[in-house]
Amino acid sequence: MEKLLIKNGIVVDPFTNTQVKRDVYIENGLIKDIKNETVGAKDINIINAYNLFVLPGLIDMHVHLREPGFEYKETIKTGMEAAIAGGFTSICCMPNSNPVNDCKEVNSFIINKAKSFNLCNVFTIGAISSGNKGLNLANIGDLKNSGAVAISDDGMPVEDSSLMARALLYAKTFDIPVISHSEDIKLRGKGVINEGFVSHKLGVNGIPSVAEEIAIFRDIKLAEYFKAPLHIAHVSTKGSVELIKMAKNNGMDITFETCPHYFSITEESLLSYNTNAKMNPPLRRQEDVDAIKNALREGLFDVIASDHAPHSEDEKNTTLDEAPFGIIGLETSLALTLGLYHEKYLSMIDIANLMSYNPAKILKLQNRGAIINGNAGDITIINPEKKWTYKKENIKSLSKNSPFINKSFKGAAMYVIINGKFFKL
Amino acid sequence: MDYAKKDLISINDLSKSDILYFIDTAKEFKKISLQDIKKVPTMRGKTILNIFFEPSTRTKTSFEIAQKRLSADTINLSISQSSVVKGESLSDTILNLQAMKPDAFVIRHNESGAPYFISNITNASVINAGDGINEHPTQCLLDIMTIFEYKKEIKSLKIAIIGDIVHSRVARSDIAGLSKLGAEIYLYGPQTLMPRFINSDNVKIAGSMDNAVKEADVIIMLRVQKERTAFYFIPSIEEYRNYFKLTDEILKLASKDVLILHPGPVNRDVEISGSIINSGKTAIYDQVENGIAVRMACLYILLSGRHS
Repeated sequence: MEKLLIKNGIVVDPFTNTQVKRDVYIENGLIKDIKNETVGAKDINIINAYNLFVLPGLIDMHVHLREPGFEYKETIKTGMEAAIAGGFTSICCMPNSNPVNDCKEVNSFIINKAKSFNLCNVFTIGAISSGNKGLNLANIGDLKNSGAVAISDDGMPVEDSSLMARALLYAKTFDIPVISHSEDIKLRGKGVINEGFVSHKLGVNGIPSVAEEIAIFRDIKLAEYFKAPLHIAHVSTKGSVELIKMAKNNGMDITFETCPHYFSITEESLLSYNTNAKMNPPLRRQEDVDAIKNALREGLFDVIASDHAPHSEDEKNTTLDEAPFGIIGLETSLALTLGLYHEKYLSMIDIANLMSYNPAKILKLQNRGAIINGNAGDITIINPEKKWTYKKENIKSLSKNSPFINKSFKGAAMYVIINGKFFKL
Repeated sequence: MDYAKKDLISINDLSKSDILYFIDTAKEFKKISLQDIKKVPTMRGKTILNIFFEPSTRTKTSFEIAQKRLSADTINLSISQSSVVKGESLSDTILNLQAMKPDAFVIRHNESGAPYFISNITNASVINAGDGINEHPTQCLLDIMTIFEYKKEIKSLKIAIIGDIVHSRVARSDIAGLSKLGAEIYLYGPQTLMPRFINSDNVKIAGSMDNAVKEADVIIMLRVQKERTAFYFIPSIEEYRNYFKLTDEILKLASKDVLILHPGPVNRDVEISGSIINSGKTAIYDQVENGIAVRMACLYILLSGRHS
């Protein structure tokens, strides 16, 4: 019988909305109420969490594992190792592998392979359309039945509004959430970074912020009209924040996600044609960063996710035009978010909501996202004061495409406990 | 009992007592089909034009047999060989045929509202034999007649209608007719194929196939068309078969004397297990048989009412 006692930590629980000093007990992989006989029991592992924050296991609901198909960028296993290193107990992988995760065979392959490593939890997100091609619905019932927790064509928008409308309705039939990569792809055109003074200065094609906002507006309207739940991924602009306000004021069942890079750095990171700062949506202006930060403080966002998008060094070692979109984020996501804790934009409870409770709720992950009796023994123990530097040689992810290499951080995960099994970091 | 209207366009044009009158009349006419000589002179001298703008096996044959058993003179206008293909408008086609003094038009059209349009430009009776995604009133009447043969009352019956509701004229007429008679109707299918504006208290959308079928007294299965995949309504026929097919297993949840109907044509093992049909658990052939009686009754009521 595996027993684990986390002593003296400050337990942050979004479900009860409490932050109190108490112990947490995990037995056979599940959180259990502490009874008298627990204390002093034999063969019990003890973690001393004095002065540390004990959060429900962090969940990154937006990750690209590149297996099957692009194992040179990331494998399921290296992605899981990066997740643990970054303090995550669960990750959700987007379907744009090769083949695309649009059927039960690919879905089961990923789930079974992930299980075989006994590392973190991996939940799969299936495709909205076959092959992410936007031409017809994927077999969404089969995807759900074989274990997918959501559907998305992430990486590509669902351009055809009627396909998006039907996807929302059809997914509702199976009670599976839809995650939208909202983008007017024709308006993006050949753009590679945010359209503005920086793109002008560099002489590269820009991506106008409205390319995101038009699409988010459409998706909000579709979800509203068809009374269907919807999750909007990677929100990056000030204008999009205004749309979130509109949706939240109308009390709609739409949730919104942003990523650490959108509240941490601006398009200025691209001034040296740094391809490791090229992602989609692109880094925006300072006023967008400020708007995202303020929106987080006001509680407008539901989720912070990394949009971890590994690409090999060779692929990124080229021009801005040629380099693929995307940066890795699993190992910096928590530290960047703790930056907002230090700047007093977010409390620990906020972070537990944004990175654990809400993702679990949106994706209907059973018994996760809260520290309560009977839940899975998934815990992340955080030291917000821990100073460290993100060194390329220490990156667990197979790819190294991050604009944050050599950056010094304050705050890190010290322990990750996954289904009762603990990893000391 | 009398019925004064010249046309049968929508089941909504019929009151509850009108519906019962049509069914009672149909019961009488059903006897004719069981006789050795299946013909009565009731409609001798009447001219009826059957105009089918859309393919049909059951309905077209059923109307024609009904007319022949009533001794009416029947003309079937085949649209592919008519002036319609030369570009003649619908109204010109009808006005020209009207000049030939028919007593009734039986219209099947792929566009909703076509029989209504025709009824407004002709003095002849018009019977809607199915228009677009709108209505199929004679199918509703034959379904009601079939249910009455197995169940004493329709009031308070739990009736599940499963499949492509939103494109089904049969479902729309059945929902209207059966709810008029007091049935509790539960609809189920992919949300993409469910109606979104229901304003009747007796009509509900079930949360699952199990909920729809559970303790149902009648189950009406609808055909799903392969073409629905092209406009994203369903991902594939395989997926439809996996999650929306009536199986023997699900059927166990229904009332033990459940009556299963299907308007045809059936896609076996897509919307309904072939084994359910093979084991004789459905009333599909009763429906077809009653279709003739109901259509005889409709023709009789509409035409004799006007000229008596």
